[in-house]
Amino acid sequence: MSMLEKTLGWVDDRFPLTKMWKEHLSEYYAPKNFNFWYFFGSLALMVLVMQILTGIWLTMSYKPDAELAFASVEFIMRDVEWGWLIRYLHSTGASAFFVVVYLHMFRGLMYGSYKKPRELIWLFGMFIYLALMAEAFMGYLLPWGQMSYWGAQVIVSLFGAVPFVGEELAIWIRGDFVIGDATLNRFFAFHVIALPIVLLGLVVAHIIALHEVGSNNPDGVEIKKNKGADGKPVDGIPFHPYYSVKDIVGVIVFLFFFAAVIFFAPELGGWFLEKDNFVPADPLKTPEHIVPLWYFTPFYAILRAVPPIGVSQFPGVVAMGMAIVVLFLLPWLDRSPVKSIRYRGVIYKFFLALFVISFIVLGWLGTQPAGGIYLILSQIFSITYFLFFILMPWYTKIDKTKPVPERVTFK
Amino acid sequence: MSTDGVDNSKRRFLTAATAVVGAVGAGFVAVPFLKSWSPSAAAKAAGAPVEVDISKLQPGQLMRVLWQKKPIWIVHRTEKNLADLKAMADAELADPNSKIPQQPDYIKGTNRSLNDKYLVAVGLCTHLGCSPTYRPEVAPEDLGADWKGGFYCPCHGSKFDLSGRVYAGVPAPTNLIIPPYTYISDTRLIVGVDEGAA
Repeated sequence: MSMLEKTLGWVDDRFPLTKMWKEHLSEYYAPKNFNFWYFFGSLALMVLVMQILTGIWLTMSYKPDAELAFASVEFIMRDVEWGWLIRYLHSTGASAFFVVVYLHMFRGLMYGSYKKPRELIWLFGMFIYLALMAEAFMGYLLPWGQMSYWGAQVIVSLFGAVPFVGEELAIWIRGDFVIGDATLNRFFAFHVIALPIVLLGLVVAHIIALHEVGSNNPDGVEIKKNKGADGKPVDGIPFHPYYSVKDIVGVIVFLFFFAAVIFFAPELGGWFLEKDNFVPADPLKTPEHIVPLWYFTPFYAILRAVPPIGVSQFPGVVAMGMAIVVLFLLPWLDRSPVKSIRYRGVIYKFFLALFVISFIVLGWLGTQPAGGIYLILSQIFSITYFLFFILMPWYTKIDKTKPVPERVTFK
Repeated sequence: MSTDGVDNSKRRFLTAATAVVGAVGAGFVAVPFLKSWSPSAAAKAAGAPVEVDISKLQPGQLMRVLWQKKPIWIVHRTEKNLADLKAMADAELADPNSKIPQQPDYIKGTNRSLNDKYLVAVGLCTHLGCSPTYRPEVAPEDLGADWKGGFYCPCHGSKFDLSGRVYAGVPAPTNLIIPPYTYISDTRLIVGVDEGAA
């Protein structure tokens, strides 16, 4: 026995290293018919690692202090060696994270990956999405630019719309009467410690739940139903080396685009870093046109679409919250006997298309000024957004489905 | 170990009692953590009154000062502004007579001020806290022919007149807040001190 094997044996007697390697990689059987859409889970994991790494490096030069924060970010950009690259990796990484996660979620919608027995995977995933939104929002305050400041002011004021306790709640969150040094400091604590820990824990839970029930696939066929004489799924292949190698191809393609943004358009015309955020926060003056970053704009449009009832702005806040809550309920709203869009009927395809269009149009509307035709359009598309969910128990039930094959199809 | 004659209900009671006492303890321990989020003593003290010199403020101009870290606007309204405010149709406004207490008791009427010439208001939209833009011009292209000057919030499109009264049918639910203030001379005022209290 070689020295290496001896060491491994010594470890395995004390920690299930080989067992875990087999369970999660070399003997985790994934369906052999994964397509393009299955890149985004591993890409999300890679972006998370990148954000943590660049985030730690940024913390080394950043100062979480209302007097110093803006200048310290400029210091990173101009004076710290390679600071600009680390900062752009982090700021572009945030948008890339949402691109990847939105595509990952859309994959789940298309192939019914949230359906039984994968409800918990979906729920963990939704909590990851929620934590990610909090992480992004709090991170955006840290550069202490105009958009940081007024964006945070608007979002924290949303809590002020809660009946009765709202105003006290908003003051408690800010730690001051307006966004200030106290807010910046606590957001920093959440952004660099609390939320990353929560995110990592949720990602582990997401993957453990996935490996317990096994991966879904573009056909929505349970590969565990067809096992060979060796007890392994006949339509499954070990994740490592087959998918680990395949995912490297995805990583390389992703990095083409990612590097192109970092090196040629790190602000992406104001979509990834807003122009107003290069102006230091000024509590006396709101920028002419204030919008959240692109990944929040669909929900922002829904918030603005709902008119207040009497003096209360609470309905808009509730509608925005509901737009996210309904996603959690998806596994129980969908009553179709089939998972994948390949075997669903025309009604589901219509509603899914309507949902995607609504989401994208709302995202665009959220970047436009309030009022006029934009308001009416926001209202129309908010309704179609919710119709996808509210009518789902009905249309998935009556939709004509095609028969699902016994085995996965593989060209 | 023998398990004969074990009183299970007693064990359950003791387990439950321990859990309850533990939960109460955890509740008490949580208090300092939750309370530490409230504004610190320093943040509360920063709400001290601010004295403002308005002698150089020309008719039609707006000046901003910070009080409690909030922007406070002082607008020198022209005679025409005041006439326009008087002529403003009630139907256009959500709360024309300022019934909702967004101002101290001593602030009354269409002008919502102690001295008709000067509007003093907290420059934060009552919708979601953006600071509206001062738009004194009459009938600009984007705000329509009926616009007599006022404030427009770029965030969500709320409109206020030159008394800080909110227009009907905009996201903001209430009029702009009028802070407590008082004049110490014709050209000096203190924000944060009630009229008659100084």
